[in-house]
Amino acid sequence: MGKSYIYSSVTKKVIMSLVGLFLITFLLVHLTINLLLLFDPTRELFNVAAHFMGTNPLIQIFQWVLFGGFALHMILGVILQVQNWMARPKGYKKKAASEKSLFSRFMIHTGILIVVFLVIHFSDFFIKAKFLGEIGEIVYNGHHYEDMGLLVIEKFQMLGYVIFYVIALLILGFHLDHAFQSAFQSLGVNHPKYTPFIMGFSRFLAIVITVGYIFIPLFIYLK
Amino acid sequence: MNINLTLKIWRQANQDAPGKFVDYPVENISTEASFLEMMDILNEELVAKGEEPVAFDHDCREGICGMCSLFINGRPHGPDDSITTCQLHMRKFKDGETIVIEPWRAKPFPVIKDLMVDRTAFDEIIQAGGYVNINTGGVPDANAIPIRKENADLAMDAASCIGCGACVAACKNASAMLFVSAKVSQFTLLPQGKVEAHERVENMVAKMDELGFGNCTNTYACEAECPKDISITNIARMNREFLCAKVS
Amino acid sequence: MTKLDSKIPKGPLAEKWTNYKAKQNLVNPANKRKVDVIVVGTGLAGGAAAASLGELGFNVKVFCIQDSPRRAHSIAAQGGINAAKNYPNDGDSVYRLFYDTVKGGDYRAREANVYRLAEVSNNIIDQCVAQGVPFAREYGGLLDNRSFGGALVSRTFYARGQTGQQLLLGAYSALSKEVNKGSVEMYTRREMMDVVLVDGRARGIIVRNLVTGELERHGAHAVVLATGGYGNVFFLSTNAMTSNGSAAWKAYKKGAYFGNPCFVQIHPTCIPVHGDYQSKLTLMSESLRNDGRIWVPKKKEDAERIQAGTLKPTEIAEEDRDYYLERRYPAFGNLVPRDVASRAAKERCDEGHGVGSTGLAVYLDFKDAIERLGKHVIEARYGNLFQMYEKIVDENPYETPMMIYPAIHYSMGGIWVDYELQTTIPGLFAGGEANFSDHGANRLGASALMQGLSDGYFVLPYTLQNYLADQINVPHFETDGEAFDAVENEVQGTIDKLFAVNGKQTVDSFHKRLGLIMWDHVGMARNKEGLEKAIKDIITLRKEFWTDVKVPGEKTGMNVELEKALRLADYLELGELMARDALDRNESCGGHFREEYRTEEGEAMRDDENFTYVSAWEYMGEDTPAKLHKEPLIYENIEVKQRNYKTA
Repeated sequence: MGKSYIYSSVTKKVIMSLVGLFLITFLLVHLTINLLLLFDPTRELFNVAAHFMGTNPLIQIFQWVLFGGFALHMILGVILQVQNWMARPKGYKKKAASEKSLFSRFMIHTGILIVVFLVIHFSDFFIKAKFLGEIGEIVYNGHHYEDMGLLVIEKFQMLGYVIFYVIALLILGFHLDHAFQSAFQSLGVNHPKYTPFIMGFSRFLAIVITVGYIFIPLFIYLK
Repeated sequence: MNINLTLKIWRQANQDAPGKFVDYPVENISTEASFLEMMDILNEELVAKGEEPVAFDHDCREGICGMCSLFINGRPHGPDDSITTCQLHMRKFKDGETIVIEPWRAKPFPVIKDLMVDRTAFDEIIQAGGYVNINTGGVPDANAIPIRKENADLAMDAASCIGCGACVAACKNASAMLFVSAKVSQFTLLPQGKVEAHERVENMVAKMDELGFGNCTNTYACEAECPKDISITNIARMNREFLCAKVS
Repeated sequence: MTKLDSKIPKGPLAEKWTNYKAKQNLVNPANKRKVDVIVVGTGLAGGAAAASLGELGFNVKVFCIQDSPRRAHSIAAQGGINAAKNYPNDGDSVYRLFYDTVKGGDYRAREANVYRLAEVSNNIIDQCVAQGVPFAREYGGLLDNRSFGGALVSRTFYARGQTGQQLLLGAYSALSKEVNKGSVEMYTRREMMDVVLVDGRARGIIVRNLVTGELERHGAHAVVLATGGYGNVFFLSTNAMTSNGSAAWKAYKKGAYFGNPCFVQIHPTCIPVHGDYQSKLTLMSESLRNDGRIWVPKKKEDAERIQAGTLKPTEIAEEDRDYYLERRYPAFGNLVPRDVASRAAKERCDEGHGVGSTGLAVYLDFKDAIERLGKHVIEARYGNLFQMYEKIVDENPYETPMMIYPAIHYSMGGIWVDYELQTTIPGLFAGGEANFSDHGANRLGASALMQGLSDGYFVLPYTLQNYLADQINVPHFETDGEAFDAVENEVQGTIDKLFAVNGKQTVDSFHKRLGLIMWDHVGMARNKEGLEKAIKDIITLRKEFWTDVKVPGEKTGMNVELEKALRLADYLELGELMARDALDRNESCGGHFREEYRTEEGEAMRDDENFTYVSAWEYMGEDTPAKLHKEPLIYENIEVKQRNYKTA
């Protein structure tokens, strides 16, 4: 059986963590652009940035790297999980929670929910903008832009959507809380001096990203 | 003080038989008794009644051989930290309590009988590379290689693993990473083991995967349940060594 | 005709081993492949021997009773391993280690064997370090030493309180390496049932597969027994639950002589007995005596109040404490050898000064050491031992003194072997605790690990070759011959007989009764009357066992009760031989203390004129008493004198 593995368990985990860290950088870029929508009634900053992201050739290429990253992270995550389930065909009658990293127990669950969210999120924004062309135009300084900002604001004025969005992001936060520090452990970075910082930073990052993303729909809805 | 308990014990006649939980009441157990002594008392009662005693692994009964391996009330080695089952004492339980006792559960650790499992998989991993490849005789003087005290101590920390399998039992993925990394770390930290560090880590990880242990998802449950407090820094060290071996 | 030839090489003591090796027969590399060796047991002696023999190229089959060779009871040794490295520059030498070991053994060990042991002790440390055994080190990166009972130098190498574990894992790793190479075949969860002789030579063994219950036959050109000691004859001991004397006993019944069966060691620092359900005793390392001071209350009334639970040890004033070891033995103080320390504890408790609820305990106090060195130093030295104590007793030894009491720990006696570690059965060798060889009447701390590894790494791989050299043309053994049939039938017969009894009493209940007889009469203090009573009682108990024992379950498959019954059946015979041996030895020496033979001060009194010999007992059949052969001990390099630990 062993020979059929292309990668060892450790290699798979290393790939998972590298891709994961890459995805976190994407989350940060995405969050930064989203925040541009706030405090700017003309939505110019946001729309220009969105336009740039949608048209710049380098970004267009990089976009596929990102998709590939997502796919790899998902596929490997599922493979790892299936192997893990197979490693214990018969479970315990009574099992205490010994795990020290709380959300580590639910990575597959939070991961799957994030995928579901991504699909909906994609169909709401990305696909509309990219393929359906259902988005209105707006003009800044004589240049035409898709008014992505308006689409976002319209969505976030629906209470149901805001609630869905907030829940999804909390789940993402749980995923990240374990993910960031775990990636370092998988890459072999664990040191009595630095690991406490990495652990703390992981939680900090999870909170910043989650709160940052949640802030946007709440702000728009309440405004 | 003496207490009465109900034991819910996994009984399984042999590896291929289906198993089931059976309830056994035990009475008048001294809280000064060890958990295994309580099991002895139960077994004496069963034998006296002509029934088969409950099979469980145990040997040194002082927490070092790594033989004892009971999953008690949801935790490997039971409700206390940094101990083996044989060091667990009945003062950790309340009168009238029901105690669920199960074998280690993992595909590479098949149940042999009742609460006994086969941990040959651990031996196989060690055989794949958990040693320094030298023969008896012809070695340098023991003081010929000075070793930094800090590294010697870290190596000793890792080497104190007793191979009980609690890490595998506790891990939701039945991963053996803590066990394997403890051995890899011990040798990586010492100049004697450095020589073949790359081959060792690759071979041991490959064997671990082949045997069907799960993948490490850094839940750190292994560290929490390890009777010898082996640290997960060993897992990181192994990951690091493995990466170095793969890219070099 | 006596078969007792110790085969000690000629020449000066220091050159005997070198001369032996220079002149012995060897097996050439190509021929080693043609030769099979069976090793029973995977502790320090067995594991090291199997690995080393595998490295040399022999086909080795190794058997262990646990699920893995890593779990042999050598693993439980805590304190350390002696070697004459003289790294601390405190005056140690091979001769001094030899001298201390012979003296510690109360002049009842063979000079040549002990000298060889001291000689190879240094190689052991080198070997283990090369294997990656993480011995304790100084800040400069070199190895650290501590002192141990019975020595005036620091020669003990250690790995925290887990030296035995680390050394065993070293041997286990070497063994694993050979298993991987294919030179060693590993058989786990197997118990040796008997040894098979063909034309007077050991040619194989019958083992019981503990999982399937099947009897298996294994043949070889030579058999090595490294099956440990028989301390569990006392039921309560520091030995592991499966440690047993059956392999040695079966060898004895097939013709190997049994050496000094009455020499068992009582370890002074164990956690006291706390209840009748107790299954074993836990050792606290002797190294604790480096910093702990042993005392009991001076006044009997204080002791009584402590036993009643109305007084705490910490409430007893300094002047009301009797540091009896320091008082009686000023030169060695708390570091007197084990037999001396154990007897002194018993003496105090018998006088009514004992502590704990049973009055069968003394204090081991770290208060002064903590004040002198700081808690962190004590924690670094003994942290894991203190933690272990607290888990068991539920008291914090940093705050209140530990309670300790002597317990059966080690058997110096064992299968009689010659200089080559060969028994009186040609082709049957014995190493480690299973043989009687190196410790005389008392073993010094940190010497068991030394002996096990010495036998395994550095003695057996040589001496076996000397035996095997003329065996290269003997083909691999078939196990379907008459000899194997006969022995297997014998074993099966015993098993059938046990089931056929179908009585009322459990195996353990018999074992506990045997243990009490042994402890009361063949334990720390013995006398003629008691020993005679013990022999009578054991014979009665043995009869009762064979008419009323209950072995439930099936013959096939795993049956733990059957395993225990088989072992106990042997203990019920061995116990009697121990008592007979103790009765024969009309003197006190080392662990063997006959109340009739003591000095006016109560110290052990040897009788060198009449008892400077090894008792080697020959089995004469079921209903005939064993026959005693005497191997005279000749001391040419050491002056035999009364042991004195009062002055240096």
